Amino acid sequence: MNPYYILDTVALVKGVHKQFDCTDCHSSEYATYPHQANLKLEPLNTCLDCHGGDASFAKYQFERIDEEFKKSVHYKVYGENFTCSKCHSQHTYVATARNSSNVLEIVDYSNKMCLSCHNDMKKYELVAGHENPKLVQIHSWLPNQQLHFQHVRCIECHTEVADSLMVSHNILSKDKALRKCVECHSANSKLKASLYKYQNLQKRGEGTELATVPMGESYIIGSHQIPVLKTISVIIFLLTLTGIVIHSIFRIIKKK
Amino acid sequence: MSEKVYFYPAWLRIWHGFNALGIITLIITGLSMQSSVEASQVIGFNLIVSLHNIAGIVVILSYLLYFTGNIVTPNGKFYRLKRQGFFKRPVRQAMYYAWGMFHGQKSPYPLSERRKFNPLQKYFYILVMYFSVPVVIVTGLGLLFPEVIIDKIYMFSGVLVTAVLHSAMGFLISIFLIIHLYVASIGKSPLQNFKSIVTGWHHI
Repeated sequence: MNPYYILDTVALVKGVHKQFDCTDCHSSEYATYPHQANLKLEPLNTCLDCHGGDASFAKYQFERIDEEFKKSVHYKVYGENFTCSKCHSQHTYVATARNSSNVLEIVDYSNKMCLSCHNDMKKYELVAGHENPKLVQIHSWLPNQQLHFQHVRCIECHTEVADSLMVSHNILSKDKALRKCVECHSANSKLKASLYKYQNLQKRGEGTELATVPMGESYIIGSHQIPVLKTISVIIFLLTLTGIVIHSIFRIIKKK
Repeated sequence: MSEKVYFYPAWLRIWHGFNALGIITLIITGLSMQSSVEASQVIGFNLIVSLHNIAGIVVILSYLLYFTGNIVTPNGKFYRLKRQGFFKRPVRQAMYYAWGMFHGQKSPYPLSERRKFNPLQKYFYILVMYFSVPVVIVTGLGLLFPEVIIDKIYMFSGVLVTAVLHSAMGFLISIFLIIHLYVASIGKSPLQNFKSIVTGWHHI
């Protein structure tokens, strides 16, 4: 039997749609097993058919996501054929970015969505019609490539960050991808508005310091700062200079 | 005419030269990688990181020369601490810098062939060269190969702890450098000690 046609039932009951029966979305003929092959061709609801215009899903901003997606390279090149489910499996999807407190888990889950096609020759060619680029080679300019891949999402550099949206869906074409280190490696790191956005939003609610990069999971040269240490070092530096200036003045007066 | 002593053998001057260039490059590039100083916007972050890595390796190699040199040549003996007057001796030297030298007192520990450093100087050199620099080297090597660093130290990322330790030590070394350069100007003439470390000959 074709393994691609069998669903991972364990993942299914962990996914966001676990409470549904198969026939809630699929035709009632799916009740018989094995299913008839032509059922594959049945028209199905799209995500927006259920999620669009519904107040209970308003916080997920499905319409905004759709708008952003329509600007993306995925839509521009492949049109309506590129459905949400190409990345978000309706059977097993888990809203990790929204619910996980572990950044590494968010990164892993998100990157696996991209890699499921971009690192899979067959799936990629089926949609794109040409060979998939070799990711490791293309990203060879990136220092510590493996660490970058584990600690930040592909979309950090490959989307246009929209502050009003939880996860940016405007995936840019390759030539518009970010290549400037300081976009992330600086006090004003882009990651604060992307990867760390959800944690920052949570903190905003708690009234603590805004837009920080948490210190538990990673270290980003240039964007991590410990204010106490900064103050202490400025004080030590100024005291040293003062000492030297006073000593020099005495040396000049006493001609030493 | 003052007496001349050959204080700094060639290997030591070579170490000192490479170390000085390396440390100064490390301080400048290190500071510009920090978010508080956005120089990386001008020179380019990649270039700064590469320069920092290269300068780091230069300092490590020259440290090996220094470390070996102090074992195989008699120079190491200048770094040995004396138990007698362990606290009194450096304090006396500090008092000389703060008070005595302005009141016509003679240096309490005049330099000679047997005493290359005064007690205060010796303490600082030992702290910097046998504590701060090794810590910076070990943490720096860790950051050069971040895969080897353990993931978590209590609730903090291992890399974060290593990086904070690295920059804190680096900062203390920069403070040492400022004081080192200033105190070096207290000699027969302000430039005398700088000439000595280039030629090797010191005027006593």
